Amino acid sequence: MTTPPQFEIYFDGEPIPCRDGWTIGAALTAAGIRSWRTTRHRQRPRGLFCGIGVCFDCLVTVDGQPSLRACLTPARPGDEVRTQEGTGR
Amino acid sequence: MKSPVYDVAVVGAGPAGLAAALAAAESGVTVAIADAGVRPGGQYWRSPAPGAGAFRPHTLHHAWHRFTSADARLDELAAAGRVTRLAEHHVWSVERTEALWSAHCAVGAEPRRGDARRDVVIRARRLVLATGAYDRQLPFPGWDLPGVMTAGGAQALLKGQLVVAGATAVVAGTGPFLLPVAVGLARYGARVAAVAEANSPLAFARFPRAVLGASRKVGEAAEYAAALLRHRIPIRHRHVVIGAFGRDRLEGVRVARMGGDGRVLTGTERVIPCDVLAVGWGFTPQLELHLQLGCATRVDVDSSLVVRVDDDQRTSVEGVWAAGESTGVGGADLAFIEGELAGHAAAASLAAAPRRPAGALRKRRAALRAFAAAMHQVYPVPETLIDGCDDETIVCRCEEVTAGAIRHAVAELGATEPRTVKLLARPGMGWCQGRVCGFATACMTARAGRRPVGEADLRAFAERPIAAPIPLGLLATPPEP
Repeated sequence: MTTPPQFEIYFDGEPIPCRDGWTIGAALTAAGIRSWRTTRHRQRPRGLFCGIGVCFDCLVTVDGQPSLRACLTPARPGDEVRTQEGTGR
Repeated sequence: MKSPVYDVAVVGAGPAGLAAALAAAESGVTVAIADAGVRPGGQYWRSPAPGAGAFRPHTLHHAWHRFTSADARLDELAAAGRVTRLAEHHVWSVERTEALWSAHCAVGAEPRRGDARRDVVIRARRLVLATGAYDRQLPFPGWDLPGVMTAGGAQALLKGQLVVAGATAVVAGTGPFLLPVAVGLARYGARVAAVAEANSPLAFARFPRAVLGASRKVGEAAEYAAALLRHRIPIRHRHVVIGAFGRDRLEGVRVARMGGDGRVLTGTERVIPCDVLAVGWGFTPQLELHLQLGCATRVDVDSSLVVRVDDDQRTSVEGVWAAGESTGVGGADLAFIEGELAGHAAAASLAAAPRRPAGALRKRRAALRAFAAAMHQVYPVPETLIDGCDDETIVCRCEEVTAGAIRHAVAELGATEPRTVKLLARPGMGWCQGRVCGFATACMTARAGRRPVGEADLRAFAERPIAAPIPLGLLATPPEP
């Protein structure tokens, strides 16, 4: 099965455009979205920080699976990305 | 099936790792080169997937031809069965089993549910570690706001995805690396409102010999200066970002001038509206694997913990070589040469081939190391800035530990070294395992004790028994025979 060059993923239910080869973090950033997680203690918003898998700030829930690093996770057509609260569990 | 035994295993496919694999393979030994990335190149030669858009290497890269020629040659050697290239292999542990090294790798990007998981063990007679580095950070009020990114992160988003991190950017911190970041963002459509550089390149005048020895670096600097002009990017020397503000995302930064004592000058503060801040204070070498093996370390001129190596890039552990930023931050040119020397030496130790004369390479390495040492002195990290953080400033982003909590652990609970601070206040205990806040916590603890940051302070946040996140099941699974 080949992935089409451009497709959609969903962020909190809204479709956003995505290119083949983008990470979920790249698609969200390109769509103008800057945060997709709130922290466990202070409920503060977080998004991309280190961008290379080191800091774990960009954790996100995809297809019900929490705590994936958005900066490393390749986007797949139809991914349901959801804002993650706390540990996401 | 019993897994093969390679003569040399190289960890990391950035400039140092690629050069090491190539040099070793050209010497006639078998090589496996493993890298966490989808494509080779490391952070420096990071490239986008074909689908991400039209990739014009010269807009984002220096010496791209060096990468493509090394990459093509490695492909030829791979086709001939002399090199095994392993992408998306996250090496999480290295151990010695009898006369061999075993590198345990978790394979694949972030594991999604339903993905088949494999743990691959690479076995080899010799080991070359070329693990690179990541951005070093200093905390400041508001740095946890979305829109504040590491300089390397903004660069990775551009190089790896062709995505610009925001519409209006400020680039800040210190070091020559800020310039390609600013120019890259501008070339791809961001308005770069300012580069706030804490130091001044005029200080290079103190190091004429080091500068002369690396004249290509001067040329690169001139190119960036011209590009900054062309894109109308103002560069403010001796200026630092002292705060970021915004409700739920970055709306602007406060920038101020720094005095000679490393403290912010009152009355010089100004506000710059922006939606992205790319900030970096040099780099932190990635040393998990070296420390697992017991390699001796030292503190480099830039206050980074680095691995000790001899003239052949050999570490203190027999059979283990290291090259690139893990042996001292010095940039891609230096890393490539160190990789070449390490690859040669590792292969020669197997008596596979007569040693190629490497005198010229060693001379070049010496010149680039001298330049790097000068660079670190021209662009020192102003640790003094941490003193200016109010008690509410977050230091550990994962566990949301404030500067106040760390000061309390030191001043009230009597912690005198970072490991105790970590136990009492929890900085470095979260997801990133102190990779982001380790330097700052070490500095804060050392400064409170009125002593410079030492090797023990830095090691407290650099030792990790598992180098990359893995599912628990992987630990419970016996490795393949």
